[in-house]
Amino acid sequence: MNYIGKSNLRVDAYGKVTGKAKYTADLAPKDSLIAKVLHSTIANGEVISMDVSAAKKVPGVVGVFTCFDVPDVEFPTAGHPWSTDPKHQDIADKKLLNQRVRFYGDDIAAVVAENDVAASQALKLIKVEYKEYPVHTDARSMLNDKDAMALHPNWRKDNVIAHTSFKSSDDFDYDKAKLKAIEEYGEENLIEVVKNVKTPRISHCHIELPVSYAYVDSNGKVTVVASTQLPHICRRVVAQALNIPWGKVRVIKPYIGGGFGNKQDMLYEPLNAWLSVKCGGKPVILEIPREDTMIGTRTRHPMDGDVRGLATKDGKLLCRELKNYSTNGGYAAHGHSITAKCAGIFQNLYKNPLGVNSEAWTVWTNAPTSAAMRAYGVPQAVSFAETLTDDICFKGGFDPLKFRLDNLCDENLVAGGVKFYTYGLKKCLEIGAEKIDWYKKREAYKNQIGPIRKGVGICSFIYQTAVAPIALETASVRMILNQDGSMQLSLGATEIGQGADTVFTQIAAESTGISPDKVYVISTQDTDVTPFDTGAYGSRQTYVTGNAIKECGLLLKKKICEYALLMEDEDGIKGKKLEDLDVSDNYVIDKNTMEKLIPLDKLSTTAFYSFTHNQHITAEKTTDITTNTFASGCTFVDLEVDMPLGIINIKDIISVHDSGTIINPALATAQVHGGMSMSLGYGMSEELILDPVTGKAYNNNMLDYKIPTAMDSPDFKVEFVVMKDPTGGYGNKALGEPPTVAPAVAVRNAVLNATGIGFNEFPLTAERLVHEFKAKGLI
Amino acid sequence: MFDISFLYEAKDVKDAIKKLVENENSEIVSGGTDVLIRVREGKDAGMGLVSIHNISELKGVSIENDGTIVIGAGTSFHDITNDDIIKKYIPSLAEAVDTIGGPQIRETGTIGGNICNGATSADSASTMVALDACIVLEGPEGERIVDIKDFYTGPGKTVRDRCEVCKCFKIKKENYENYFGYYFKYGKRKSLEIATLGCSVLVKLNATKDAIDDVKIAYGVAAPTPSRAVSAEEYVRGKKLVDKNLLDTFADKALSDMKPRNSWRASKEFREQLIKEMAKRSLVNSIRRAGGKIEYYV
Amino acid sequence: MSKKIITLHVNGKDREVMIDERESLYETLRNELNLTSVKKGCEVGECGACSVLLNGRCVDSCIYLTMWAVGKDIVTVEGLRDEENDDITDVQKEFIKEAAVQCGFCTPGFILKAVEIVGHNKPYTRDEIKKLITGNLCRCTGYMNIVTAIEHAIKHNMDKLGVPYEVMPSTTSFDVPEDEKDKMLESLLAMQNNDVTKI
Repeated sequence: MNYIGKSNLRVDAYGKVTGKAKYTADLAPKDSLIAKVLHSTIANGEVISMDVSAAKKVPGVVGVFTCFDVPDVEFPTAGHPWSTDPKHQDIADKKLLNQRVRFYGDDIAAVVAENDVAASQALKLIKVEYKEYPVHTDARSMLNDKDAMALHPNWRKDNVIAHTSFKSSDDFDYDKAKLKAIEEYGEENLIEVVKNVKTPRISHCHIELPVSYAYVDSNGKVTVVASTQLPHICRRVVAQALNIPWGKVRVIKPYIGGGFGNKQDMLYEPLNAWLSVKCGGKPVILEIPREDTMIGTRTRHPMDGDVRGLATKDGKLLCRELKNYSTNGGYAAHGHSITAKCAGIFQNLYKNPLGVNSEAWTVWTNAPTSAAMRAYGVPQAVSFAETLTDDICFKGGFDPLKFRLDNLCDENLVAGGVKFYTYGLKKCLEIGAEKIDWYKKREAYKNQIGPIRKGVGICSFIYQTAVAPIALETASVRMILNQDGSMQLSLGATEIGQGADTVFTQIAAESTGISPDKVYVISTQDTDVTPFDTGAYGSRQTYVTGNAIKECGLLLKKKICEYALLMEDEDGIKGKKLEDLDVSDNYVIDKNTMEKLIPLDKLSTTAFYSFTHNQHITAEKTTDITTNTFASGCTFVDLEVDMPLGIINIKDIISVHDSGTIINPALATAQVHGGMSMSLGYGMSEELILDPVTGKAYNNNMLDYKIPTAMDSPDFKVEFVVMKDPTGGYGNKALGEPPTVAPAVAVRNAVLNATGIGFNEFPLTAERLVHEFKAKGLI
Repeated sequence: MFDISFLYEAKDVKDAIKKLVENENSEIVSGGTDVLIRVREGKDAGMGLVSIHNISELKGVSIENDGTIVIGAGTSFHDITNDDIIKKYIPSLAEAVDTIGGPQIRETGTIGGNICNGATSADSASTMVALDACIVLEGPEGERIVDIKDFYTGPGKTVRDRCEVCKCFKIKKENYENYFGYYFKYGKRKSLEIATLGCSVLVKLNATKDAIDDVKIAYGVAAPTPSRAVSAEEYVRGKKLVDKNLLDTFADKALSDMKPRNSWRASKEFREQLIKEMAKRSLVNSIRRAGGKIEYYV
Repeated sequence: MSKKIITLHVNGKDREVMIDERESLYETLRNELNLTSVKKGCEVGECGACSVLLNGRCVDSCIYLTMWAVGKDIVTVEGLRDEENDDITDVQKEFIKEAAVQCGFCTPGFILKAVEIVGHNKPYTRDEIKKLITGNLCRCTGYMNIVTAIEHAIKHNMDKLGVPYEVMPSTTSFDVPEDEKDKMLESLLAMQNNDVTKI
């Protein structure tokens, strides 16, 4: 391969280091009106009345709009492909502004003004009268209150969005399996761990705020320029929310400053569009401040799981169970899909010879809405599964590496239509173990005493590359050959920082034979121009869109070769058949002799301007992918715990990924770094904390919410096990999200190794460490 | 834009005072890293700002003939950390202000603002308290000098009147000469932090460097205001470094002097543990810097 | 509040702008001078996306009043240029080469901070670099390649100054040799330098 597996520099890097790359706010017209949103100061209840008279009088205020003014339309916000089957459609439970308040920070009114000071002043002058109801900020407390009021009574009376149970067999029951195990092995030969694990509410913290501006164009089209991961889905949702035909909406997506799944939901684009319509179609910009972003957009689901696991004393895992309560917040957004994915990964990460039950509830609560965040429920899945494994190993005296090699799922795993077309999990573990010097360190760290202790830990994972076959996977790509032999690559899939445009360029180059410097990828998606793609989510684009690019590229190449056959006057063409020709390095070549026949620039100019064979050579391809392949990998950590202060110092950390062919190793490595950092935040410092009584967030700002700074970030090591996956366009599997899965739990397991304490609440803050160490008399 | 009623660039301190007196609903802004944020939050929205940002007489560090160090209130944290006088005589203050926020904040934020905002978490405060600094204020009635121990009156509250400009801080020679210090900031991450707890220690050893002549220890966030642990100081005076109980008793006494509380940021139990452990480590580090030998596991 | 006409010295030139005294420098640079590399991430001086160089040192322009910047030398990423070689700066080149850019939103702030750091002419260690960049938050990179890019930019400067300086060896076996990266950068810059703005 010529261009796959090469560390091409990012195609957008020059624009980004020179400040030329434009993001949404950079493009807003100078005369844009400024919108601001009023958020509720109660977590559960109703807006009885609003007095906006004083707000309207503030000089510069153009309009004040309340929950009593919006269309009576509830719409879904999830960035999922639409389903034509109503049973599979996302739950439509949110209005543009909500009179029924479901969480502290709900959107209840909006002000549009000529400047931001006027807008802020007007917001403060809106008087709101509420009727308040009791507050439940987490799933268990909501379910435990039998009298709890339904937040969305039209959908569910009990606030349970969904309850599922994934069992190894219909009649599996953990307790029965345990009795069977006792019978077979004897109770004295079994090890059981029973515990509860809690995971944190995490904020995405993309540095660019959620921002959009909207206007009605001269043809009456409602246009939204937005920092979104999925412009085509955004168009559909804006249309649904405004109750107008889908084609009447146009969404444009420039460069975006990170999304991480938050911008996989429609956040404020529908409201922004409506505000513009209400202001006569004038451009209105709506940028959500950081504080409001952290509560009013989306978060990672806090999950609360009861876990059980049983193994034999010689290290054979027998059966496991998870009962997981997932706090979804005030609106359904992605519904149960994240918790379900979590359940599936818990179930399938290990072989369960006596069976497994992975049960899950997703519950509406009076909390910020949880939805997609990088790795979609899988960090929580391994928080359950991989802490359970290490607790079993600790109790049984097993080596956690050997236990994993013996009990992890193998290459035969098939789950919900997903399988390992290539399997590199155990190879990843072997490489990681060697790099971290696992066995030597486990030996060296035995029987430590004193306040500073060292430990090594592992966490492994599996990850579904795309969302098929549960959901639709479809992507369209268009290629247009220019007169000089270069091409435009136009697609609905989006660059959100992950490097998509660069790998798309490489894939296009590989499949067409046109060199990457002559591939002009159109980075800005415009639903009126770019073909359809569901967008950047999952770890799907390089797999799904990549396949579409490959097929489109092969089609373009075929058309180029067909045209070459028409150019009979060119040396070497006469007598050639289509199957003799190929395109390589911007030439039509004889693939048998590798002889260069026609340069592409000449061919394209001829095609464009020929009187006899005039042709504009283009290709367009839509592919829907029905296969889905597991990626996998692991993280190893070596660390030191300063017990009196509860400080964890990471000395060495390495992630090893089985992601098939790596299209661009340098960008892939960089992406792994970012995922590792995000996971360490989840593992050690990040949690958005709510007052359980009022539902108000304590720390919804970048000072009090602790994403890692450079000083908190160790130097990351990264390796790949490269195996060509037969289903990936060029052998590739998921990589976008997997790096965010394992490091947190590897840290937790290393702390267990160091101190003998297995922490079950993430993040492992110093305060939690000190509390446990004191309780156990260790400090 | 900031929702302020006016911005006035004062030419000098007297000019600033005049403007403050004339406008009841006005306040001083120096570096802006606190005040502008309060305006944005709405707390100080609508106020007039009297800026002392560009008044050069408020900036810089100097040393008087009697050895008193004078730190202009408008001196930025960055400039304090990199000042030769500070580095030579009170390096622990250089370290303390180098833990505030991030580098950009330290570029514009000033020590005057850090002390005058009255926060117990202010990173310069505990070291200034340990140094027994004096605060020079000028108001409509003229100049007055306040000992830092009398300066704080409660959380976010000080004796400074709204119309008084904090001009400078003075640290007498007897309060820093032969003292070696250490500032320990404990935060949830290693930078960009508001202190969960701050601890500043100054130690003076005897001539043979085997016993403690004097110790000053001050905490931030261990009580409503930055506070000295007086009984801990009394206890260690004259103690030999080889004394086995030295560190533990020092830490216990320090804890008994403080009033940590529960909040969502940190539990009382956790703060108590930090108060003790940080007392020990700060003392150990100070002693080692003073040239003394003391055993501890870090 | 009435508007005022002031002169700001931005990117080497005096620029007359009409401003409202209540404006932050962030707003003036973006709205009046269209310097959109200055980004908003938090508005409270935590994230560093709005960093600009003021007399050679980085400040958060979101909490800096425009009026205070009068008479000071202001530099944004748009104003960075290696005049000697008529090219982008070493810092920018290293950010491209070391894959230190992902979504790019924090990038201008980091680049300005890096320019300041390199300008100190000190052979900083990785840990020192990390401390110096803690005023800038990044959610994409884990800072790893940013620190590496800054190390490499310092290395160029140290080479010029004749000071020995070693960068950290790569932490992956999938790394590309430096000379290969240089070649790719050269062709990338050649593409950029062919663009219409240079014709």
